[in-house]
Amino acid sequence: MNFLSRLAVTGLAAAILAGPALAPAPAYAAPPADTFVMAKDVSDIITLDPAEVFEFSGGEIIAQIYDRLMWFEPDDMATLVCGVCETYTVSEDGKSITFTMREGMTFESGNPVTAEDVVYSLRRVVKLNKTPSFIITQFGWTPENVDELVRVEDGDAVITITEDFSPALVLNALSAGVASIVDMKTVEEHATDGDMGYAWLKNHSAGSGPFKLQTWKANELVSMTANEDFRSGAPGVKRVIVRHVAEPGAQRLLIEKGDIDVARDLTPDMVAALESNDDVTVQTDAKAAVIYMAFNQSDEILSNPKVAEAIRYLVDYRGMADTFLKGQFKVHQAAWPEGMWAAYNETPYSLDIEKAKALLAEAGYPDGFEIHMDTLNQSPYPEIAQAVQGTLAQAGIKVDISTAEGKTLWPMYRARKHQLILAQWSPDYTDPHSNLDAFAHNPDNSPEAKLTGVLAWRNAWMDEDMNAMVVAARNETDTAKRETLYHDIQAKLMHEGPYAIMFQQTEQAVMRAEVEGFVSGPTFDLIYYRTVSK
Amino acid sequence: MTDTNSAAATGGFPAAPRALRATASALVSLALTFIGLTAITFVIGRVMPADPVLAVVGDRASEEAYQRVFLEMGLDRPIWEQYLTYLGQILTGDFGTSIMTTRPVTEDILRFFPATLELATLATLIGCVIGIPLGVWAAVNQGRWIDHCARVLGLAGYSAPVFWLGMLGLLIFYGNLGWVAGPGRIDIYYDGLVEDPTGVILFDAAWHGEWEIFWNAFSHLILPAGVLGLYALAYIARMTRSFMLDQLGQEYVLAARIKGASEFSVIWRHAFRNVLVQLITIIGLTYASLLEGSVLTETVFAWPGIGQYITTSLFNADMNAVLGGTVVVGICFVGINMLSDLLYRFADPRART
Repeated sequence: MNFLSRLAVTGLAAAILAGPALAPAPAYAAPPADTFVMAKDVSDIITLDPAEVFEFSGGEIIAQIYDRLMWFEPDDMATLVCGVCETYTVSEDGKSITFTMREGMTFESGNPVTAEDVVYSLRRVVKLNKTPSFIITQFGWTPENVDELVRVEDGDAVITITEDFSPALVLNALSAGVASIVDMKTVEEHATDGDMGYAWLKNHSAGSGPFKLQTWKANELVSMTANEDFRSGAPGVKRVIVRHVAEPGAQRLLIEKGDIDVARDLTPDMVAALESNDDVTVQTDAKAAVIYMAFNQSDEILSNPKVAEAIRYLVDYRGMADTFLKGQFKVHQAAWPEGMWAAYNETPYSLDIEKAKALLAEAGYPDGFEIHMDTLNQSPYPEIAQAVQGTLAQAGIKVDISTAEGKTLWPMYRARKHQLILAQWSPDYTDPHSNLDAFAHNPDNSPEAKLTGVLAWRNAWMDEDMNAMVVAARNETDTAKRETLYHDIQAKLMHEGPYAIMFQQTEQAVMRAEVEGFVSGPTFDLIYYRTVSK
Repeated sequence: MTDTNSAAATGGFPAAPRALRATASALVSLALTFIGLTAITFVIGRVMPADPVLAVVGDRASEEAYQRVFLEMGLDRPIWEQYLTYLGQILTGDFGTSIMTTRPVTEDILRFFPATLELATLATLIGCVIGIPLGVWAAVNQGRWIDHCARVLGLAGYSAPVFWLGMLGLLIFYGNLGWVAGPGRIDIYYDGLVEDPTGVILFDAAWHGEWEIFWNAFSHLILPAGVLGLYALAYIARMTRSFMLDQLGQEYVLAARIKGASEFSVIWRHAFRNVLVQLITIIGLTYASLLEGSVLTETVFAWPGIGQYITTSLFNADMNAVLGGTVVVGICFVGINMLSDLLYRFADPRART
C-alpha cells in the first residue's frame, strides 16, 4: 500500500469513527407543548384574502383567521349557528335578514367588530368580484346595488336578496369562507388606488378568528399565533405552524420522529403501516369531495342514455374502494355527499358486465366503441382511470386515457372538448344547492352561454324538468319539503344525468398520541385548530 | 516569453485590445443568451396548453371573471408585443408578480435562490474534496481494488435515483441514527430568529455568531448536500480518473520518474497540474447544473429552492415566476462559464497570453 492509499484509508476510517461525534447534537425534536405543528402539501395556496381564496389549503387557513356571520361549532357540524352575530331575524317575505351583533368582540388590531365591518366585508366581495364571489352574488347582489341591499340599520347588519332563495340557503352560503368578516379600518388603511386592501390582504390578516397570521412563506410554511381574545375563549395552543412538506415519505418520517404533531398527506399504505405504532393515532374523517366520471353530451355515442347507463354498470366501485382507495375513498353515487344534510345514500350501481352488454346492444353498440378519457395526472386519478379502462374493455369499450395537470385539463373541460372525463368536485358551502346547482342546473345549454363554472353546461346537458326541480328546492322555505326535493333531484340525476358518480373522500390524519381535539369536518374549511391541545 | 512575442504568435494583436475583445465577446454572448432564453421560455409559456388565467381565477370561474383577467394579463395582444413589453419590464428590473406567492418575482428569487446556492455549493465542495483525490487515487492504482471501489461508487452515485437516495438517507441518518435533522432548511422554531440579509442561513448565522442556529441549519443541510454531493462526486471522480490515466501515460511522466522525482511529486506536481484545466470545466458544469436546483432532492427534503420554485410555478402556469427563475439559472450558467474561462488563465500558462 503506497503513501496515498494509507493516507486515504486513515482519513476514511477517521471520518467514519468521527461521524456521530462531528454531527451536531440531535436537532430539537418534539414541538413545544404550546405549538401545534402540521405537515401538509400547501403548495396550492395563492392568496389569503378571503374575498379571493378558493383553494383547499387557503380555505382551511382563513377559517382559522376570520370569523363569519354564520358558523358551525366543532361539536355540532350539522347545526348552523351565529358567528359574529348574536341573533338574526328573517323578514316575513323571506327576502331580508337582520343580524344583531355580539358585544365585546375585537379584531386582532384591537378594533371592535361591528355591523359596519360585516357590511364592508360583504360589499368588498361583491365589488372585487373575484372567483368565489358568486357564492353571495347569486342572491342578486351586484357592485351597483350592493350598497343598497347590504347595509347597516340601527347598529344591525341587514341584507336583502332579490332572488327567490330559501333563507336557509342564504344563511348557509354566508358561512362560506368568502363571507369572512374583515377589519374595515385596518384593511382601508392598507388600501392602494382604491383596491379595498386587495394587494395587502393577500398575505396579511385582519380578522377576529381564533388565530392571527404571523407569516405565510409560499412553499415553505404558514405560521399563526393564537388570538387570546377569541369570542369562544383562547385556543388550546399558542402557535400553529403548517409546514409545506410535499413528499408523503418525508411526512411519515417527521411524524414517526415526533418532529411534527400531525401528518395530513400520508398514503394509505403508510397509514396502514403506522396503525400499530403506539406513538401515533390515525383519525379518519369523511370529506365532502366526490369523484365522478362525466360524459360529454355533445358526443353522439355518449349522449345515448343507454350508453351512459351501461358505463355506470361497468365501474367496479367496490373493488377499487376495497383495494387501492382503501381509507381514502368510499363508494358514494349521489352528487351530494353522505354525512351532510339532505344526503342521498343509495348506491344502486355495481359492476355488472352482462347487464351493461345488454344495454350497449340495445343502444346499438353490441361490440362496444372507442372513446377517450381525460383525467388529472396525480394519484388516485390515473389508477381509477386504468381500473375503469379495464372494466369497460370487458364490454368491448376501448378507452384511451390522457392525464394532465389541472391547469391543462380544466381549459379543455371548460371548452367542452372532452369525451369522458374523470374529476373531483367539492362543495363551496354546506347547502346541497352548492353541488346540485353545478351538477344538475343548466339554464342555457348554448355554446355562447359559456357557463363554464357549471358542470352540467360543461357536459352539454340540459334537462328542463331538472332545472325546475333545482330552482324549486333552492326556493323552498319548508325544511322537510326541501330535503325531499333534494332527494328527488339526486335520485333522478343518478340515473339520468351525464355522470357516473363513484366515490366520496375520506381523509386520514396521523397524529402524535398526545394530540387531542383536532376536528376535521366534511368541507375543506370546516377544520378547527383552536380545539387542539397537547 | 514577452508580450510582444505572444502577440506575434497569435496574429499580431496587442494584449490590451485582445482582452477588450474577449470582454466584448463575453458580453455579446451574455446578451444573446439572455434574449434567446427569455424568448424561448416566453413562447413556450404562451403556447403550452396550461392556462395562466385559470391559475389566477380557478377552474370554477365564470366566463366573465375569466375574460376580465385574460385582458388584465394582456393575453389578447400579439405574442411579440407581449414579449417586448415583458423584455422592457425586466430591463428595468421588474420581473412581474408571481401568481403563486403573490410577491414580486425578484423578491421570491432572492428568497429561494440562496437556499439552492447553499445546497449546490456544499454539494460541489463535497464532490471536489472527495471526488478529485478519489479519481487521482483510482488512476494511480488502475485495476486494483481501490479503482474498482471508485468505479462502483461512481456508478452508484450516477445511476441511483436521487429521490431514492434521499429517502434512504433520511431513513437511516435522520430516522434511525438521528445524526442529522429532518426535512426543511432549519428547525421551524429558529425560523426568523436571525436576520438573513444574504438568505444563506449558514453565512448569516455565523455572521451574527448564532452558532446554535448555524449548527441546526448545518444538520439540515448536510444530508441533501451529501446526496447531491454523491452525484457530483461520481462524475468528478470518474472524469478525474480518466484525465489522469491519459496524463500518466505521457512521456514527461516517465521522464520525471527517471529523473528520480518522488511519486507524490509526479502525480500532483506534474500530472495533476495538466488535468486541472479540464477539471475546471467539469466542476464548473457540475456546479452550474446543481444551481439549477434539483427538483427531486428539494421535494424530498422540503427544501425551498429555486428548482422547486420553477417547477411548481410551471405546473401552476405561473409564467412570470418561470421566466424569472429561468433568467437567473441562465445567468448562473453564463457566469460560471466565464468564471471557468478566467480560472483557465491561472491554471494554464498558455491561456494567459
